[in-house]
Parts: sequence; C-alpha cells; structure tokens
Amino acid sequence: MDIKDIIKDENVIYKKSAVLTDNEMHYCPGCTHGVVHKLIAEVIEELGIQDTTIGIAPVGCAVFAYDYLEIDWQEAAHGRAPALATAVKRLMPEKMVFSYQGDGDLAAIGTAETIHACNRGENIVMVFINNGIYGMTGGQMAPTTLQGMKASTCPFGREPQQDGFPLKITEILATLPGTSFVTRQSCHTAASVRKTKKALIKAFKNQQAGKGTSLVEVVATCSSGWKQSPTKSNDWMVENMFPFYPLGDLKDE
Amino acid sequence: MKELKLMKGNEAIAHAAIRCGVDGYFGYPITPQSEIMETLMEEQPWLDTGMVVLQAESETASINMVYGGAGCGKKVMTSSSSPGVSLMQEGLSYMAGAELPCVVVNVVRGGPGLGTIQPAQSDYFQSVKGGGHGDYKLITLAPASVQEMADFVDLAFELSFKYRNPAMILSDGVIGQMMEKVELQPFKPRMTEEEIVAKYGDWATTGRTSNRKRNVITSVSLDSEYMEEHNHKLQAKYKACEEDEVRYEEIMCEDADYILVAYGSSARICQKAVEIAREQGIKAGLLRPITLFPFPTKQLQKLAQSAKAMLSVEMSAGQMVEDVKLSVNGAIPVEHYGRIGGIIPSPGEVVDALKSNFIQG
Ligand SMILES: Cc1ncc(C[n+]2csc(CCOP(=O)(O)OP(=O)(O)O)c2C)c(N)n1
Repeated sequence: MDIKDIIKDENVIYKKSAVLTDNEMHYCPGCTHGVVHKLIAEVIEELGIQDTTIGIAPVGCAVFAYDYLEIDWQEAAHGRAPALATAVKRLMPEKMVFSYQGDGDLAAIGTAETIHACNRGENIVMVFINNGIYGMTGGQMAPTTLQGMKASTCPFGREPQQDGFPLKITEILATLPGTSFVTRQSCHTAASVRKTKKALIKAFKNQQAGKGTSLVEVVATCSSGWKQSPTKSNDWMVENMFPFYPLGDLKDE
Repeated sequence: MKELKLMKGNEAIAHAAIRCGVDGYFGYPITPQSEIMETLMEEQPWLDTGMVVLQAESETASINMVYGGAGCGKKVMTSSSSPGVSLMQEGLSYMAGAELPCVVVNVVRGGPGLGTIQPAQSDYFQSVKGGGHGDYKLITLAPASVQEMADFVDLAFELSFKYRNPAMILSDGVIGQMMEKVELQPFKPRMTEEEIVAKYGDWATTGRTSNRKRNVITSVSLDSEYMEEHNHKLQAKYKACEEDEVRYEEIMCEDADYILVAYGSSARICQKAVEIAREQGIKAGLLRPITLFPFPTKQLQKLAQSAKAMLSVEMSAGQMVEDVKLSVNGAIPVEHYGRIGGIIPSPGEVVDALKSNFIQG
C-alpha cells in the first residue's frame, strides 16, 4: 500500500480543515495560538459559515492570523478589534463576525473598546488568548501577568505596589448584561482542546441566534515569553495560571 | 426633489449624509459639532434608509468603527472637533495605509489642549500634512458656507472612494454653528453589495465567496521591499490627486495687486475685506482654496506673476501661510495675518493688516 492508498477518502479519519490555508504558521513551538486557529477553522467549516464570516485580527502575535484562515479578514489597530467588529456586524447583520485578541490587546490598550462592545451586547464572538504576557514584543508584563511572575518589564516578578494587580477582565465582562456566554477554557490536553471547540461552537451559534456578545477566553502558554520548554509551560500553566484563572463557564444564558 | 431650508452647518452635514446614502455614522459628542449626531439621532435614518448611527465610547472607538465599516466597502463617516480628531489620528493613519475610504468632519475649535470651544483654524497642519504617523495625506475639503457643508459630504465620499483614502471636511465653529439657507440634494439610495463591487472593485470584506480568494484589509507587512512599493503606490495616488482634484474659488483676482488667501470662515471675512479694500482704491482679490490637500499651488504660482504680494489670513498662528510660501517660492512677498485662541478677525482688521504689511511704510 503506498501513501496514495492510505489517504483515500474512505481511510481518512482526520484531516486539515478546508478553512485552514497551507501557509506555514509563524508561531513558536508550544504556542497556543495555532491550536485555537485550527479550532476556529474547524468550527467555521462545520457550521458552514466560511462565506459569511469576517474575522478581526489583533496586534500581537496573531497579527497575521489572516494568513491562516481562508475567510475575509480585517487587521485592527492594537486593541481596537471590538470597535471594528461592532461596525462590521451592525452594517452587515447577516454576516458572522469574530474578533481574536491577546491579553495586552483586549485587556490593556483596548479595555475601553472591549468593555463597551460587551456592554452594548454587540452580537459578535470575541476570542481572547490569555498567555499572561506580551508575546509579540518580547515578553513584557501584561495586564494578566500573575503576581510574582517574571517578565522583561518586571524582571523580579510582578509586584502589586509597583505594577498593579493581574486583571480578571473575563470576570468583569461576565457581569455585563450585554454578554450572553462567557467562558474560560484551555488547550493543553486533547480533552481541553475538545472543550474549547465546543465553547467556540456555542459562541458562534449564539451569534446566529442573536444572543449578544460571547467571549471565549483561552488560558494559553507562551514558551518563548515564559522562557520554558513547551511541556514545562503546560505544567507551569496548570500549577500557576489555573488557580488564578479557573476554567469553566462564567455565564451561559 | 431639492428642498430649501434654513439650518446650521452641523445640521446640514447630518441631512446631507442621510440624503447621499451614507451607510453608517459613528461619533462621540464634542462642542461645537454635537448637532451632527443629535440631528442624525433625531432623524432616525435607520427607519428609512437603514443607515446605522451609533454613539461610540470615544473618538478612538469611532474612527475604528469607521475602519471596520469602510473595510466592508460601506460609506461610513464620523465627526468631531479638534481634541477628538487628535484621538483619531492613529486610526486615520491605519486607514490611509490599508487604503480605506471614509469621511471625517472636523469642526475646529481653538487649541492646544482642551483649548476653547470658540472657532479656530489651527488644525490645518494636522489635516493636510497627514496628522498621524507615516507618509500619508488626507484629502481635505474646506467648506465656507452651510451650503458647502451639505454639498461636500457627497463630494468627500466620491473622492475618498475614488482614491481609496480618508477624506476630511475641515470646517470650524463658525461654519458649524451659523445658520444659512441651504438647498438639500435629493435622496440617493444606499448602495447594495453588488453595486459597491461593480463600482469600486472587489476588495471589501463582505464574506469570502467561492468565486474569489479571501479579502484582507491590513496596513502591515514585514517585507520592506513590498512596503516601499506600497508607499510608492500611496504617493502616486496623492500625486494624481494634486493633478486632478484641486478646487478653488477666485474673487476679483484678475487685476489684483494684493491677493488674500483664505479658506472656510476666514474666506467669508476676506470677501468683505476685498470689498472694503477696493472701496479704498486698493486692488485686492481673494483666492479661496476649497481643497487644502491637494493645495492650489499652480494657481497661486500663476497669480504670483501678476500680483505684488499675498496675505494668508487664517484663524491660526500661521499654518497655511507655509504652503502659500512654498507655492510662490519667493516670487513675491507672502505674509500671514491671523487671530488665535478662538477670536474671529474682522474684515477691517484684515484690510489694516494688508496695508501695514505691504502698502504703508
Ligand atoms: C499603539 C501600539 N502600542 C504598542 C504596540 C506594540 N505592541 C505590539 S503587540 C503588543 C502586545 C501584544 O501582547 P498580547 O496582546 O498579549 O498578544 P500576544 O502577542 O501575547 O499574543 C504591543 C505592546 C503597537 N503595535 N501599537
């Protein structure tokens, strides 16, 4: 049997989503962005919404997300994705719109846009990758950096008197009447990846049902920023991130 | 059907926007232009034309909503006054980079800082020299009447779509707040997705259909070779604008010894100043740039061959005067006269300035 026989349709048990492009991803080994990209691609394919979905990419490591998903994209200024998504959805209510943002993008520079889009109950999906650090710019402190956690702009560990406290933006957003589904997931095991996919499906279906804002946070690793191997990063995340950012649905209405 | 009405410049902008088929307005209140959004909310255009009107949480959000809407190929606009327009500069730079059309109205007030709510023209540099980061320009129109406030909305959209670049209507507190009669254009329907594609091309993010590849609206690339090429493309557009889109008005320039150069409300004052000067036997004329970018450079050069001197009259400490000087390039003397901080000069003051600069002593 040669390779051509093996990849025949009847033998295929898993294949790359048609919504994913063939471009090689630029993410570091162990990075969670790629996994979440793949999940979004699968969800778009399974819901049959490739022709009607518009993605809004952030400034951050996912700035080139548009290279990887074969859908229409807009690349926003740092933090402004929810403002773009607001207009896209309001001007084309029949389309599906999601923003994809890191913690610096969503919870520091773009906090106002995030809170107000959620508070208006914009009928969009927001995907929030929380790796507790600024990946793209080389590992500086993020609003979500844990107390005591080291980053290049808090080299001795985050110290609240100097640096303020880590921000649980997702908890804040869950209190807003405009949000309908607010959940915190992860992608460090096969089971957690499946759960994240389920959450994304629910979020997109909520948009189809006109339920308002759905926010899917994914607690993520950044091996380069954390200066740990991918496997160590996963362990560190379980030990340190999950106690402060507990997984599960915060709101499901 | 055309309609004659009495209204404020700001209200005229709102009515013109609805009538020329604008798809969306996103704004944040600030004096002296809040009547624009107030009028839109009062008119409830979403009931008739489907136009979206939304009060954003800030001007930063407004301009980024405009970016999102423009990226879908929609006719979208915002309005503000000076401090708010400062907040929009990042977004405008992104839009110029991503080649997105939109219209921004700046009803200028005195600065710097929170400044004053009184009229000024001190945002000239910010409007015509780019304003945000990077090498880009805004197509800038300067209305001098309530009628032009209304007419320039459609014109600004036409130019911004033609060049896929943001356009600015640079007004001021006088034109925004004063009431004049205005003839409103008949209603134009909003464009459908198909009409947008047919007229402007298939670049907008309306959903990747199976007959085309994905559309991406972006201003970023890490490839400097590509970026240089992209920047050359932008510069070529600005050059084409300078060739084809210059608009100005001349009043009594043919035989003039002294040319007043003024735009917006200063041009209205200078119109009167020309009359007064002529009554006193001084042959004055007025060149009123209607487009500030592209600037009427060639016309000024032409006038510099017959005139003795030029006076740039602005409610600023002297901004447009730099472009007048660059145009004339030393051929004749060019001076500036202006009041600042929200003070409006009188026609008599302008005539006095003309005399003291060029005629007496
Ligand atoms: C206005 C502005 N300020 C700062 C930056 C620099 N910058 C780019 S990405 C980034 C932080 C990204 O971190 P995050 O949003 O957490 O995403 P990640 O890269 O970790 O995925 C910063 C500060 C910028 N591009 N624009």
